Amino acid sequence: MSALKVIRYGALAAGAALALAVGAALLVGRPVEPQVTAVGRPEIGGPFRLVAHTGAVVESGDLRGKPLVVFFGFTHCPDVCPTALATLSQDLRDLGPDADRLQAVFVTLTPERDTREALVQYMQAFDPRILALTGTPEEVKAVAKAYKVYSEKVPTAAGDYTMNHTASVFLMDREHRFKGTIAQGESREAATMKLRLLLGLKAA
Amino acid sequence: MGSGDTAGGTVGAGYLSIKNRGAQAKRLVGATSPVAGHVELHAMTVENGVMRMRPLDDGLEVAPGGHVEIKPGGYHLMFVDRKQPLREGEHVPLTLEFRKAGKVDVELVVERVEASAPTGRGR
Repeated sequence: MSALKVIRYGALAAGAALALAVGAALLVGRPVEPQVTAVGRPEIGGPFRLVAHTGAVVESGDLRGKPLVVFFGFTHCPDVCPTALATLSQDLRDLGPDADRLQAVFVTLTPERDTREALVQYMQAFDPRILALTGTPEEVKAVAKAYKVYSEKVPTAAGDYTMNHTASVFLMDREHRFKGTIAQGESREAATMKLRLLLGLKAA
Repeated sequence: MGSGDTAGGTVGAGYLSIKNRGAQAKRLVGATSPVAGHVELHAMTVENGVMRMRPLDDGLEVAPGGHVEIKPGGYHLMFVDRKQPLREGEHVPLTLEFRKAGKVDVELVVERVEASAPTGRGR
């Protein structure tokens, strides 16, 4: 009886040793895998130089130190754009004087149609602190590309066109590094909190 | 009844709800208004942060006994080539055209564009 027991233990011990050896061999033999690093931020945003509806040339470099709130759209946009700009106007009012420490901009995606005059008329409906920006089609395209903004012309019935486009609001910190977005349809509470955090204020 | 908005541009959006009290489905196929060059019926969606607008070429059906809300974040009547700036509170005539039921005259009241609802739209 006891002799049998000993043998069995021995066999178990041998098996365990074997398993360890195999394991070690696998580890040693495994090739070094490429490392996926998750540091840094998404590369969204970039410098721009555009003309505001006020006539002023707006260079992002001159706005360093001010967080940016950036929205892309077009004036012939009946639903999302006015709603987003009206919401942003309300947010600026809610923030009070703190809102002066950030710069909200509305970049047109259809500069060939949204002339400065058209923008002046359009912006009458919104907070005067929001700057509507335009430029040459190439300049605007470059800014949209830097912000990874999708846009596409869609023809409508009367030979006109509308745009499908990214409708998120981009939040850039004081150094104009990407901090996040406010999604279309996101709650006012969440949007206000994000804007407050962008300004370094308490969330509530 | 419904409302238009006063974005300071040359386009505007008209919103209203349509109730079908009849026994047959009705299909809204178009609309006209003296204040706009033309009026288009659109559907709007937001997917993955991208807003897409699509003309409703086949119109919009209202089931018998049912209703359709043409409201922000969903459908809208787009007023294109608006002829003059609209003032808040102003009444704007709108003629809705249904495939079989013919024309229905309504009046919209001009409102300011509003911020999205405080609690979000729950899209």
